Amino acid sequence: MCICILYLNVLSRISGSQATEVKVSEVEFNPNFVSRMIPKLEWSALVQAADGLGHLQDLPTELIADYEANEDFLRKVHRVLLEVEVLEGCLQCPESGREFPITRGVPNMLLNEEEA
Amino acid sequence: MHNHSWYSYLNRYFGKSYSTERNHYETRFLAGCVLRRSSNMAIHCSRTCLQYLIHLAHDNVDFRLPEIMALLSLRGKQFDPGENFEEKSPFWRLNGLSEEDVKSIMARTVCAKSAFELWGHGRTHSELRTSLLKYPTENMSPFLQKDSTYKINVYTFNKTLEFEDRIKKIDELEYLPFKGRVNLKNPKHTFSLLEDYGMDPNNIPETPLYIYFGRWISDGQRELIRSHSVKNRHFIGNTSMDAGLSFIMANHARVKAHDLVYDPFVGTGSLLVACSHFGAYVCGMDIDYNTIHGMGKASRKNQKWRGPDENIRANLRQYGSEKLYVDVLVSDASKAVWRDGVLFDAIVTDPPYGIRESTRRTGSQKDSVNSVKPFEDYVGDSHVPVSMAYHLSDIFTDLLNFSAHHLVIGGRLVYWLPIYRPEYCEEMVPLHPCLRLVSNCEQTLSSHTSRRLITMEKIKEPEETDALAHLSDPHFSVYQGHNAFREKYFSGISKRMLTGKEETNKIANGGE
Repeated sequence: MCICILYLNVLSRISGSQATEVKVSEVEFNPNFVSRMIPKLEWSALVQAADGLGHLQDLPTELIADYEANEDFLRKVHRVLLEVEVLEGCLQCPESGREFPITRGVPNMLLNEEEA
Repeated sequence: MHNHSWYSYLNRYFGKSYSTERNHYETRFLAGCVLRRSSNMAIHCSRTCLQYLIHLAHDNVDFRLPEIMALLSLRGKQFDPGENFEEKSPFWRLNGLSEEDVKSIMARTVCAKSAFELWGHGRTHSELRTSLLKYPTENMSPFLQKDSTYKINVYTFNKTLEFEDRIKKIDELEYLPFKGRVNLKNPKHTFSLLEDYGMDPNNIPETPLYIYFGRWISDGQRELIRSHSVKNRHFIGNTSMDAGLSFIMANHARVKAHDLVYDPFVGTGSLLVACSHFGAYVCGMDIDYNTIHGMGKASRKNQKWRGPDENIRANLRQYGSEKLYVDVLVSDASKAVWRDGVLFDAIVTDPPYGIRESTRRTGSQKDSVNSVKPFEDYVGDSHVPVSMAYHLSDIFTDLLNFSAHHLVIGGRLVYWLPIYRPEYCEEMVPLHPCLRLVSNCEQTLSSHTSRRLITMEKIKEPEETDALAHLSDPHFSVYQGHNAFREKYFSGISKRMLTGKEETNKIANGGE
């Protein structure tokens, strides 16, 4: 059995095999929270996911140093973390290729009997 | 210039002579306070020597001290009670705090009703008077000014007092130098005379056992119990946590603004509602597809199906904290889903007890010995391929292990542990080498069952050797007795067919 890993609300890989519905809403910006989230993320995965959704925009491909003080940068991260949402789509495990559907904004990580 | 009358005061009380050199600093301890000698010394000392009186509500009594201690620790302060401290009493005197500390605690607590700057106290009115006359006038005078307004309340614990008697007691305080005018509607300063008539409602004394007088600082957050009641919440389930307890849990967990908080058995999100109220960003997981998606049969009596606005996000929206919604997933808490390096500031949860909702996990048919029938689903496919009984003891082992790996150092795990009372012993509380047990508070559900709110704090990162910890210390072995909780629960019910948590919630909420 392959244990598939989820990147905290940031997608390991967005599979193109299913129609993807993305919603962008406005959420209050909180630099403190965004700064504290960055160390928990895998930056390359975040970039890849954002790109896969067509929402990369000007998010840097490398994590910049001293990001805590860089409000501009934090706002870009905020947008991807909290404002861009996948309503319908797929998460894909980078190891096994197994896809997990996202419905109404909620991923379903449950495995089937054969896989368990 | 030095204040010579201050030195004569010190000489009188300490029998020492002090140098009158300029800019000479010397420290002395006076009742735990640090004195710094300067012309402002008198005022500085007396303000840091202030005691504050906390008046607590008389419910969830066991949960109060851990709550207040957790909130004090958020301010970097210790719990330092006055002498003759009695935990069960509704009146606590606290030392070593500033007014800001007290206001911060009152801004969070649902256990405490009000806080006062204590001016005097004693067992009789005569003792109270002596105590009040000893209180430094310079500490009183800013609040007794001629051009300000005031009001005095009389509060009696465990006794009802007639209006005339209250007025008499206020009149007895005429020795206090009030210079301003009384304004009952909107006074600038409020004072309280609080009388404690003991804890036995069947034996109320003629005169109070203890009396306090103080300046009102602030009220607690007990209003949240009403404003966030599940009765008025958009989206509830059979097991939604009542508002008061959910806020207590958030406080035990030291949740603070900008934290990331996680609930692995999120259900309808009651705990996320409480944590987001204190400014934390929240996320959760549940194995039940229908609950996460807000579908299926409603839990309210006169409602058949859930409406479109019923889901966790809608609950946060109802209370204005939708911006703190991070995500929820449908997943199995017994399976690894989070990456290493994903760290939460707090994990706050109410795992299933196996009574009202089945404990479930995914698994292969061949693994399950007593496979539980798949949970009835209202929208077709259950999404839980094979439901196995998720043994209670495994739930807690997994939960502690998960917390050890996914909490920040100093982060807290707060969860409910169901207990069969006739067999309870402390060894039943699961332990983990990386987690320190902070508190264990019992809420009785019935004569033979209760649940305990367990709070643990992560003290170190997991190491390879932790997996073998139970071999050296039996405390880390998994207690298997929890697995029979369901049978034990029902064995105590003879005739009536209780349906588990519904009944327990009713008892817990006092028939609400």
